Amino acid sequence: MSSSNSQAHLPVSLLSDAQWSALHQAIAPLSGAQLTWVSGYLAGLAQAQQPLAAPAAQAVTSAKLTILYGSQTGNAKGVASEYKAMAEAAGLTVELLNMADYKSKRLKDETHLVIVVSTHGEGEAPDDAAELHEFLASKKAPKLPQLKYAVLGLGDSSYEFFCQTAKDFDQRLAALGASRLAERVDCDVDYDADVSSWTNRVTELLKEELASAGQGQVVAMPGVNLAVAQASHYSKKNPFAAELLAAQKITGRDSVKDIRHIEISLEDSGLQYQPGDALGVWFTNDPALVDELLGLLELNGDAEVSVGDERLPLRKALLEKFELTQSYPSFAKGYAELTHNAQLLQLSEDKGALRDYLASHQIVDIVKAYPGKVSEEQLASLLRAMTPRLYSIASSQSEVEDEVHLTVALVEYQKDGQLRQGGASGFLAGRVEEGQQVRIFVESNDNFKLPADTNTPVIMVGPGTGIAPFRAFMQEREAQEAQGNNWLFFGNPNFTQDFLYQVEWQRWVKEGLLNKISLAFSRDQADKIYVQHRLLEQGKEVFEWLQQGAHFYVCGDANHMAKDVHNALLTIISEHGGKTAEQAEEYLNDLRKSKRYQRDVY
Amino acid sequence: MSDNQEQKLSDNERLKRESNFLRGTIAQDLQDDLTGGFTADNFQLIRFHGMYQQDDRDIRAERAKQKLEPLHNVMLRCRLPGGIITPKQWLAIDEFAEQHTLYGSIRLTTRQTFQFHGVLKPNIKPMHQMLNSIGLDSIATAGDVNRNVLCTSNPVESEVHQQAYEWAVKISEHLLPKTRAYAEIWMDEEKLETTDVEPILGSTYLPRKFKTTVVIPPQNDVDVHANDLNFVAIAEGGKLVGFNVLVGGGLAMTHGDKTTYPRKADDFGFIPLDKTLAVAEAVVSTQRDWGNRSNRKNAKTKYTLERVGVDTFKAEVEKRAEVTFAPSRAYEFTGRGDRFGWVEGVDGKHHLTLFIENGRILDYPGKPLKTGCAEIAKIHQGDFRLTANQNLIVAGVAAEHKAKIEEIAIQHGLIQPDVTAQRQNSMACVSLPTCPLAMAEAERYLPDAVTELEQIMAKHGMAEEHIIFRVTGCPNGCGRAMLAEVGLVGKGPGKYNLHLGGDRNGTRIPRMYRENIGEQEIMQELDALIGQWAKLRLADEGFGDFLIRNDVIKPVVNSAKDFYD
Repeated sequence: MSSSNSQAHLPVSLLSDAQWSALHQAIAPLSGAQLTWVSGYLAGLAQAQQPLAAPAAQAVTSAKLTILYGSQTGNAKGVASEYKAMAEAAGLTVELLNMADYKSKRLKDETHLVIVVSTHGEGEAPDDAAELHEFLASKKAPKLPQLKYAVLGLGDSSYEFFCQTAKDFDQRLAALGASRLAERVDCDVDYDADVSSWTNRVTELLKEELASAGQGQVVAMPGVNLAVAQASHYSKKNPFAAELLAAQKITGRDSVKDIRHIEISLEDSGLQYQPGDALGVWFTNDPALVDELLGLLELNGDAEVSVGDERLPLRKALLEKFELTQSYPSFAKGYAELTHNAQLLQLSEDKGALRDYLASHQIVDIVKAYPGKVSEEQLASLLRAMTPRLYSIASSQSEVEDEVHLTVALVEYQKDGQLRQGGASGFLAGRVEEGQQVRIFVESNDNFKLPADTNTPVIMVGPGTGIAPFRAFMQEREAQEAQGNNWLFFGNPNFTQDFLYQVEWQRWVKEGLLNKISLAFSRDQADKIYVQHRLLEQGKEVFEWLQQGAHFYVCGDANHMAKDVHNALLTIISEHGGKTAEQAEEYLNDLRKSKRYQRDVY
Repeated sequence: MSDNQEQKLSDNERLKRESNFLRGTIAQDLQDDLTGGFTADNFQLIRFHGMYQQDDRDIRAERAKQKLEPLHNVMLRCRLPGGIITPKQWLAIDEFAEQHTLYGSIRLTTRQTFQFHGVLKPNIKPMHQMLNSIGLDSIATAGDVNRNVLCTSNPVESEVHQQAYEWAVKISEHLLPKTRAYAEIWMDEEKLETTDVEPILGSTYLPRKFKTTVVIPPQNDVDVHANDLNFVAIAEGGKLVGFNVLVGGGLAMTHGDKTTYPRKADDFGFIPLDKTLAVAEAVVSTQRDWGNRSNRKNAKTKYTLERVGVDTFKAEVEKRAEVTFAPSRAYEFTGRGDRFGWVEGVDGKHHLTLFIENGRILDYPGKPLKTGCAEIAKIHQGDFRLTANQNLIVAGVAAEHKAKIEEIAIQHGLIQPDVTAQRQNSMACVSLPTCPLAMAEAERYLPDAVTELEQIMAKHGMAEEHIIFRVTGCPNGCGRAMLAEVGLVGKGPGKYNLHLGGDRNGTRIPRMYRENIGEQEIMQELDALIGQWAKLRLADEGFGDFLIRNDVIKPVVNSAKDFYD
């Protein structure tokens, strides 16, 4: 806070010289942490005064806007929350709700609805959204002629059913007679720009709509909970430059996996997180990878290219701005067109085949396999903006205080004799050294939280790096002196090599905090044994725990594990609860609705 | 004795007493998949079942950082009285070592048996069942019991050897624990209603480990002075007639504790064959009742003898065994090494002794020893004999099979033309990375140490000569360095106490010459002394004898009194 640079960003014109000088005097001796605290304090003061001091709000506000989100990893929730703040700033009265908390019978009373929803795996709705998604397609769904709505989809275009859930909501609402306020937009992984233009457009439309609706009631704005909950101004767009404290390999030397335990300092950031939250990590690409790409395309790294509103040397842009390690259809397609590569064009036509190909080929591999010529500017236009990676946090602040821990699998493989690494995992595991900085932000996840009642038992299923949030859970339960029982299911290839945090689990078992631990080491015997097998073996007791009110958590691989565990649960419920398949589904749905079945899968 | 009894019993006494005849909760621990190790008392109790919990010490610190427990595994030591094993058994242990151990080796040891190193918990029970299926077990090869009984590997005087070997087996069986714990835990045998009884060992077993040999002079390959109880075979006209009984040898000591010391065995006298088991039982039961159960460092038979006096102990044995020791019959030890190469026994069968450096049978690059042994086992009609010097004898080969076996041995590096006498007479215990007691390298240091020693010998024109050279990683003595001419006792990483002045036949304990010195310094000292030996030795004078005669080192005469002088 010393430079004139920071002063320039202050809205000094709002303050008199005397006020400014008094303020400056008051804050000068404060430490970074104190400043952070004061900023939150002042924000709270400002909010308390807002109904009096916000004349702008009166002009336009009238009927209420409801924003619903369905989120698995927290992105949709983040976008929805930001949109809520924006709409409120525009003077709208807004209610923001997780779809899981929304009573569907309210729909017929809604007039204006914004939906932000993501899509997972093969076109599946996130857990939050599943029930409403299903309800809208059912015969019970009411006609909705009074409703005006807008849908924003989040997804990954490399999947065949890109933004399918958003499409479903859009179509189902239309089919029920509701009218589209704005066209749906399907956002890809780098959604910032699309989100911002869509939200601007929708806000403008809503301002007109709601003002003209003229129901005339001014509703006091509720407090913006977000800002109060996080006394930190760091965010995805404004990440905190944190010190990397440790990046320790925690798989044995003969492991087939390289998994790192990452410790990052939050000192002086004011960042807070809860067990179950995720940490966003920005990274820079591997210089060797950038050089290889520049070399293959014979491009000049010093040539300036456009990146959003900026002009940057290509090399710098490739290092810091563009996504190079996760491939996407738009690149393959665009590159094929620019280079007139018939083969690649053909591949681009087949969405499934292209996705499989992209999953195992980085941008540089595509260029290597399909040599061609593009200009610096063309390359920049083909590349997608880099997105930060989200990792489930593996620590609780009640244990580690101003640190945050992650459990990161290093993605690393040989491709045609060349070593390829994941962007963020390669960065964390090697390119950034201990003591250097990592840009991070906290992504809260309300859909993965310990029960409020510490007496409630929990069952945790977290094979592989899915163990991460459960380490956080156990640290939290230990600090809470929680009386509820805890049961962990963990799996990985080998007992001797891959038992992540083994000594910590041993301690928790010894001390009686972890009541049961069920292990599945798939490669330690002839038959592959996974967590779902252990669940089934212990089905009777699992069901007893559920009957006693246990919360059931799953973290890790979405494609196979989460489905297998889900099916194992259904089997257990029907076998040990004496239920039909349908009743078991219902039982599990009820668990999900009451937030007793929570998943953090990726 | 009363002084000791007033002291608190050692914790091992409690755990033996509470173990329900060696069962403890081993069976429950086997089900515990949270750790590869055994907990609390079971860690000790598995020793009575022939296993030690160990870990790969090379990566212990690395794994601690990885938040992984040490790479726990067990080492199993088979019970193999006299070291005899059939080809069929060999093939089974070869396969197990290959497929189910971390190190993939068969380790021949100074206890004339083999060890598996690096067996993970899920493989432990199958291992015992495999052994059982081929008629072997590992009962009481460790722990406070009578351990594997050694017997001179003497294939030449085959008839005497056969009789002596049978006694080794009988003694082993006679002194074995009678508890059904082993069968129940490892063979899933039914739990019987009857209470276990240990008529010889007692319900708390012995105060400390107990080692027994049967030795056939003039060979002293078993090193009688390293053992609590020795039966020296006395034959007349090719027929065994009785034994001289030697009691109270033992080599273990503790660095910095002068109440501990290596000690030679005392000669109690001669007994006829029919008193063998009674005397064995009486020595064991006297030590059982009189041994120190408060201080484990003072618990072995050798200390009991020093405390009560040899005559008192002997009289008690005579009383219990209802025997009177006759004066010892004359015998002589002339050597301890194995006779490498082919020899023909009196029965016309041929025996091939193979030199196995460090006793480690493993497929080395360009030297697939383990495969070679297995290939021999596939066609061999006789048996294998493991020696107390960690070597292997292919015994009982008919003349017509000699060529084929030799061919396989040569092909697989089991016979190498250029092995020096020095290398053949050098030995090391296992030590790092698996032995939890190790303080310095032994097995992994030995090959290079011998190479240096060979160069020194050659430099002084002594290339054809040898010195009994032994390296042991800690002062517990598995490598029997305390009966070597040059003994190195591990003190810390790269550091050893250098002992000199033992003799070739293993009848004199070497004294510490230099304390806690590095490998380079050791070789410098030896270089100087071997130089003098080369110049000034009498005809055929051994290195140890030379050093004594020239006052380089004072002989240890009565170690209880003069070992630390």
